[in-house]
Amino acid sequence: MTGVAVNRTMSPDRTVFQTRGLAKIYDMGEVKVHALRGVDMEIYAGELVVLLGPSGSGKSTLLNILGGLDTATKGQVTYRGQDLTGATDRELTHYRRFYVGFVFQFYNLIPSLTARENVAVVTEIAGDPMKPEEALRIVGLGNRLDHFPAQLSGGEQQRVAIARAIAKKPAVLLCDEPTGALDSATGIVVLEVLEKINRELGTATVLITHNADIAGMADRVIYLNDGLISRVRVNEHRKSARELHW
Amino acid sequence: MKTIDRKILRDLLGMKGQAVAIALVIASGVSTFIMSVSTMQSLRLTQAAFYRDYRFADVFASLKRAPERVRRRILDIPGVDVVQTRVAASVNIDIRGFPDPVTGDVFSLPDTGEPPLNRLYLRQGRLVEPFRDNEVVIGEAFAEAHGFKPGDELGIIINGRRKTFTVVGVALSPEHIYQMPPGAMFPDFKRYGVMWMGRAALSTACDMKGAFNDVALTLSAGADINDVIERLDEVLGPYGGLGAYGRKDQLSHRYLSEEFKQLERMAAIFPVIFLGVAAFLLNVVVSRLVSIQREEIAVLKAFGYGNFDIGMHFVKLVFLIILLGVSIGIAGGYWLGRYLSTVYMEFYRFPFLKYELRPVVAVVAALVSGGAAILGTLHSVRRAAMLPPARAMRPEPPVSYRETLAERLGLKRILSQPGRMIIRHIGRRPVKSLLTVTGMAFAVAIMMVGSFQEDALDYMVDVQFGLSQREDIAVTFVGPVPKKALYELRGLGGVRHGEIFRTVYARLRFRNRSYRIAVQGLEPGGDLRRLLDADLKPVELPPSGIVLTDYLGEMLGVREGDMLTVEVLEGGRPVVDVPVAALVSQFIGVSAYMDISALNRIMHEGNAISGVYLSADPVYQPRIFARLKRMPRIAGTEVREKAIRNFYDTMAETVLIFTFINTLLAGIIAFGVVYNSARIALSERGRELASLRVLGFTKGEISYILLGELGVLALAAVPAGFLIGRGMCAYIAEGLKTDLYRVPLILDMNTYAFAATVVLVSACISGLIVRYKLDRLDLIAVLKTRE
Ligand SMILES: Nc1ncnc2c1ncn2[C@@H]1O[C@H](COP(=O)(O)OP(=O)(O)OP(=O)(O)O)[C@@H](O)[C@H]1O
Ligand SMILES: [Mg+2]
Repeated sequence: MTGVAVNRTMSPDRTVFQTRGLAKIYDMGEVKVHALRGVDMEIYAGELVVLLGPSGSGKSTLLNILGGLDTATKGQVTYRGQDLTGATDRELTHYRRFYVGFVFQFYNLIPSLTARENVAVVTEIAGDPMKPEEALRIVGLGNRLDHFPAQLSGGEQQRVAIARAIAKKPAVLLCDEPTGALDSATGIVVLEVLEKINRELGTATVLITHNADIAGMADRVIYLNDGLISRVRVNEHRKSARELHW
Repeated sequence: MKTIDRKILRDLLGMKGQAVAIALVIASGVSTFIMSVSTMQSLRLTQAAFYRDYRFADVFASLKRAPERVRRRILDIPGVDVVQTRVAASVNIDIRGFPDPVTGDVFSLPDTGEPPLNRLYLRQGRLVEPFRDNEVVIGEAFAEAHGFKPGDELGIIINGRRKTFTVVGVALSPEHIYQMPPGAMFPDFKRYGVMWMGRAALSTACDMKGAFNDVALTLSAGADINDVIERLDEVLGPYGGLGAYGRKDQLSHRYLSEEFKQLERMAAIFPVIFLGVAAFLLNVVVSRLVSIQREEIAVLKAFGYGNFDIGMHFVKLVFLIILLGVSIGIAGGYWLGRYLSTVYMEFYRFPFLKYELRPVVAVVAALVSGGAAILGTLHSVRRAAMLPPARAMRPEPPVSYRETLAERLGLKRILSQPGRMIIRHIGRRPVKSLLTVTGMAFAVAIMMVGSFQEDALDYMVDVQFGLSQREDIAVTFVGPVPKKALYELRGLGGVRHGEIFRTVYARLRFRNRSYRIAVQGLEPGGDLRRLLDADLKPVELPPSGIVLTDYLGEMLGVREGDMLTVEVLEGGRPVVDVPVAALVSQFIGVSAYMDISALNRIMHEGNAISGVYLSADPVYQPRIFARLKRMPRIAGTEVREKAIRNFYDTMAETVLIFTFINTLLAGIIAFGVVYNSARIALSERGRELASLRVLGFTKGEISYILLGELGVLALAAVPAGFLIGRGMCAYIAEGLKTDLYRVPLILDMNTYAFAATVVLVSACISGLIVRYKLDRLDLIAVLKTRE
């Protein structure tokens, strides 16, 4: 593997992601939607960053580009010094396969596979994954292994999605509103899981939320507004997930 | 098993109805292919084995009479291997209780030992005992037509003398697999028979002692057949040789080859069409599947599955369906091929059948259908593989609703809300609607392809026997006779009208092409045999020049006005150049016509005639037959009515059996296509319809929305299918042209109605199945998950 194959210890600094002038324009023919208008930022190793911003401000777009799912229209993004902007489709696939864990806003489980299989389909191609059962136990679904998505509640589906993302022990975890569908108690359980992964494995985690309370558990909070970073807040004291409530 | 592969199985299980329907469509294509090819190969194999084991000759010739010593000279021709001289005679046969005139050809068997060539396969009884003069072996077709068994007696009139013979055996001969009475166009097993007698007995009966009038021979390896034929003609010329010919012009072999050729072409055409439709269907289904699964694809990609993995995922799915289809198809094709071969074998009078399905045929079938399917789905699979993950992650953008043209035209007031939804939905996704219509249109078309030949055959008969060949009875003499024979026949009670004709064997040559044919001399201004132009209007027979069937003209590459070389193969064997005066249309057989006096001038034969066409009152026909039976020198009598029946019983039958099976398979395909369209609609719109149910729509209303749309599309598909079907039929008609007949592009109302009915009934059944599923739509499950 060439391209974005990365050895963490070789990196001279602790920067995991760096973006410069990152812009994304959706060309819809008559109208052009400027989803991102020049984003400059860094994400550091082991960090837990919360992305806050109103609906349509470009959070999901930014996350997708960081995860190698989408490509920027302008600007640059690097992952541990490797340029993602110019990477080939093959390289991006490799990058996603071995380094990135996603939790999507709409869960996106595969309806024809059980909870266990939804996780397994990812771990089977990963480098050094956990067992699917273990990942599901972490999110509290050890007893729902063989249920199909249609047999699970929205929150349970969300947790399967999280189990799927963490099971491969990714280097970076990108979560798009992982607690959007959950009540606060369950939401906190899920956040605890993310926190644990972040702490124990040093997984750089980017977490999108609409919920300002959750921002308390972040190392840094990045505010996005209309495609631009409007503010960055550093939390002196990172709260643990258990201390949150909403 | 990998989880991703398990997903394939689950997906398949989820669409098992559809998967089975597609597999059946593929199976139908594969079956026709296997059936056709294996039947063809088996028939050819059987033919080859029969020819080889029973020593079918390579070259044949008839002559007036030659002393037996001429045999030596034939043997001395370089390239000749084995020579068989024979005595042959045209006879009348007298069968108690059967009033129609029956004629036959008798061939001699050596008095001792087996014939060196053209041996007989004995089905019952035995060969003639040495030097017995009252024993006869008869052909199986004739025996079956009359129910003769060894031990039965027959009156045979040879050379004007009637004698009673005992049937001792029933046999098949490689020379007479296809048996045609002289002057006839079709086999007639009741009124014409082939038989064999001892040489001594036959020679005595027709004054051929120490002589022969028929010869067959085989070639040694590497011999040039044309060279041998030329030298044989030189040798036999002085003895009244009628022109030697090879297997290619041997009646039975030629007809068999033509029929095989026709079957072979059908074997090529039908599977191509069927597999094409299957590929199209797979394409539609897979492309819809990809649309439905776009988000799943995106997730897999987000987690690191590459383009190739995704592509393979769908390829495997397609492969499983193909595997199922091909397996059913091979088994079905084998079974149908066996059945069809058995039918044909009886029909063609082969003594045994060597049915064989070569593994390579099955492999080719699998590869071809696999290839067609992959080709058909390549685009969709590629689309799935190349799907940009971020884009696919979001649901497809809601399509913009607009008032459709129909609504703007004011239909709004007439249409109910669900009615409007139907119209809008169709108008909103024109490409998908078009694909559905196309699929169902193919279903209509394919049904027409199956049944159109039947209409065409009826039409051919109407034209041939209604417009062109209008005599009630055609009497053919043994060799040319003076014209006064006409008056004798015209004088028979009940005969309204008689016209003479003359046939002369000749080889027509133009540039490097040639064709052996009996040129027909007709009476100018005749009313019983009429020539038809391209619009089927009668045309006058020109006083000079030759008139050819258009297809014969095509085969020879001549046009009106070209000079055609006519090499006469009888009498003084003159060679003359004759201009092509006209090309006429004719669907059955090919012919060359001349004015009878012009033909006789070429032959230097005054007023000779070969036969007479009679128009006769049906009431008097039995009496006419009775008289004809007692007349000497009559080689054959063809009755129009019977000829028509024979046409249906023989040539038409082989085609119709084949097309019947294909119609059945086409029906399966039609249903598969329609059912799939319905199921795709259901899977695409299940969520939407479930939402409507939640909003308070009744089961009836949502069914109406979905099935109404299906109905509208099916109705639209019918006329489109008629057009496509016509095109396919034209393609088949063109592909099936042979000298035996050309199928005109005639499609009658029945064909259209039948095709439309099958498809609409399929739509109704599919609709009922879908309705059943709609009634059981799981509202909660559908709404809870995102697809
Ligand atoms: N594929 C697309 N085509 C066109 N426009 C798009 C596309 N994806 C996103 N957009 C637009 O880009 C902008 C940013 O979208 P994005 O999904 O990043 O917002 P978001 O911050 O995640 O919002 P939310 O909180 O509602 O999820 C929005 O205006 C959206 O309409
Ligand atoms: Mg978003």
